Amino acid sequence: MGFDTAYEAISEESDSGHRWAFGTGFTDPLAGVDTAVPAGIDGADLAAYCLMLGDDALILSHRLQQWLARAPELEEETALANIALDLLGQARLLLTRAGRADGSDRTEDDYAFDRTEREFRNVRMAEVTDVDFAGLIARLLVFSTWRLALLGRLRESADPVLAAVAAQGVNELTYHRDYAAGWTIRLGDGTDYSRQRMQAGLAAVAPLAAELFVPSAVEQRLAGVAVNPEDLRPEWDAVLAQVLAAAGLDWPEAGWPEAAGGSGGSSPRGGTVGKAGRDGVHTEAMGYLLAELQSVARALPEATW
Amino acid sequence: MTGLGAGSGPGPQAGRWPETGAGPLQEGVGAVPRGAGALKPGAGIAADAGALERYFEETIARDRRIEPRDWMPDAYRKTMIRQIAQHAHSEIIGMQPEGNWVTRAPSLRRKAILLAKVQDEAGHGLYLYSAAETLGADRADLTDRLITGRQKYSSIFNYPTLTFADVGVIGWLVDGAAICNQVPLCRSSYGPYARAMIRICKEESFHQRQGYELLMTMMRGTSAQREMVQDATNRWWWPSLMMFGPPDEQSPNTEQSMRWRIKRHTNDDLRQRFVDMTVPQAEALGVTLPDPELRWNAERDHYDFGEIDWSEFKRVIGGNGPCNAQRIAARRAAHEGGAWVREAAAAHAAKVAARAEAAA
Repeated sequence: MGFDTAYEAISEESDSGHRWAFGTGFTDPLAGVDTAVPAGIDGADLAAYCLMLGDDALILSHRLQQWLARAPELEEETALANIALDLLGQARLLLTRAGRADGSDRTEDDYAFDRTEREFRNVRMAEVTDVDFAGLIARLLVFSTWRLALLGRLRESADPVLAAVAAQGVNELTYHRDYAAGWTIRLGDGTDYSRQRMQAGLAAVAPLAAELFVPSAVEQRLAGVAVNPEDLRPEWDAVLAQVLAAAGLDWPEAGWPEAAGGSGGSSPRGGTVGKAGRDGVHTEAMGYLLAELQSVARALPEATW
Repeated sequence: MTGLGAGSGPGPQAGRWPETGAGPLQEGVGAVPRGAGALKPGAGIAADAGALERYFEETIARDRRIEPRDWMPDAYRKTMIRQIAQHAHSEIIGMQPEGNWVTRAPSLRRKAILLAKVQDEAGHGLYLYSAAETLGADRADLTDRLITGRQKYSSIFNYPTLTFADVGVIGWLVDGAAICNQVPLCRSSYGPYARAMIRICKEESFHQRQGYELLMTMMRGTSAQREMVQDATNRWWWPSLMMFGPPDEQSPNTEQSMRWRIKRHTNDDLRQRFVDMTVPQAEALGVTLPDPELRWNAERDHYDFGEIDWSEFKRVIGGNGPCNAQRIAARRAAHEGGAWVREAAAAHAAKVAARAEAAA
């Protein structure tokens, strides 16, 4: 094997990167997929629902990307990047699905880079910042347990595209939840300090957990297509109880999530109390996140990438 | 002697001298089978240092691999550890300049590509630290050497990434130069390193193509985008040429490394190869390489190019480049900030083991 042949061996098209990492090799995430909206499903509602689930993935992926080159160990660098890539891949499919479902033909990038904060529909748990690694793990545990329960049920959706996205996502989320549970136990059972940090991480995310289980009007109208988040509570409760017991941790005293904090809908009196991410009402952290996410795309609106 | 002799497992103690019987001349894991000959393993030569050395030289001369449990000269072991560690450090530090643009990537596809690339770099770092550990080094010790400035990493990562075009130009030029440097290392005499390099080179070639494709797309875009690409090319061209190291007459280690087949081409050979490969790519792209002396020399059958500013090279290598302090500080902050997490994992593992023992 000479210099030239070695160079050619790694340069061959036949050995190219289509299996390198999901999402790097295509521009249309749903190319070749029948994206017709099934009869009896409202396209605008379906699009709104895809944006909710897509934004959850896009925004949490962004927070994970911010951990790059900052993780406590190299193994964690690869694991967190992997989770971020999985969620980004899910977001791309769901945002693309939204543009087909409402007939607007907007692309994934139109949704990611051209919407204002109030148009994003992610739960607030996806957007908050992490105080430290334990905070990240607490959030990943709560979020992944919830999303895995959701996608597991979404596999039965009347929309075949959503069902297919969910089927792929279940495998990914199974890993994310295992990863978060493993670290929850390590930190909870590790040193006194790590236990304190993990408990503090749970305390930080606990107030945002209630929102995960409040059905929005869109989800209520899409029975059979969307998952009713109220149905996810028993699985979520059972998994959290099991992991926290193994870790020697307690759910914060604020209590197991109750109805407070959720989809207050469009009250004629306005205001933000009782509203949350699904209503387009976010935390103060969201504006900074979008400023970062959208800065290059908005600075060069005519550009092609 | 920290690190170089402190590891457990197949470290120097295991490798330097035979125990009994098969001793140091046994087949390494995954080694090419040794040919028959006068130096076939045997108890009679096991304690004969001269024979060990002859066998080592013979293995190299036959273009076969040295494996972790084989005897090797201390200087070879040290050279390999240093080279592999510096390569690993480069992968890890290299995550920073590119990671700088992941959250701001202007399309979701570009974001996925860049994220996957930075993840690959972490994976390469892991591989390479593992390869260094087969020589008796210890990852934690090597990391300490990095963040205390006792071991180097590729100087190219001490330059800042100022626009998104830098992501493409790093893929094209920096990864292109890395490939030129690394493809010959797939045939390095040290087996674990050579095998790691094969996979790493494959992934680097994806990165290079993705970078070039981004630049092609940008050059077809707006004039502002074309200006960004030209500006990034201007900033990265000369530092990329410096990646091949000092000129041959000032590269004291090259001769020994080539004799040991750790290295197979001289710095200047590889640099010329890179220039010859890159000039047509720049033309296809429509950018100008910032060197007025760059021209085809039909007599030499190579491109001539201008003199590299070696004072800049020395300044950056010496720690005074634009980002040296920033890169090390960020690596140190991640490592030290994560200490409590690693301690917790170790404490948990010890508790699990103790509980298992108590239950048994």
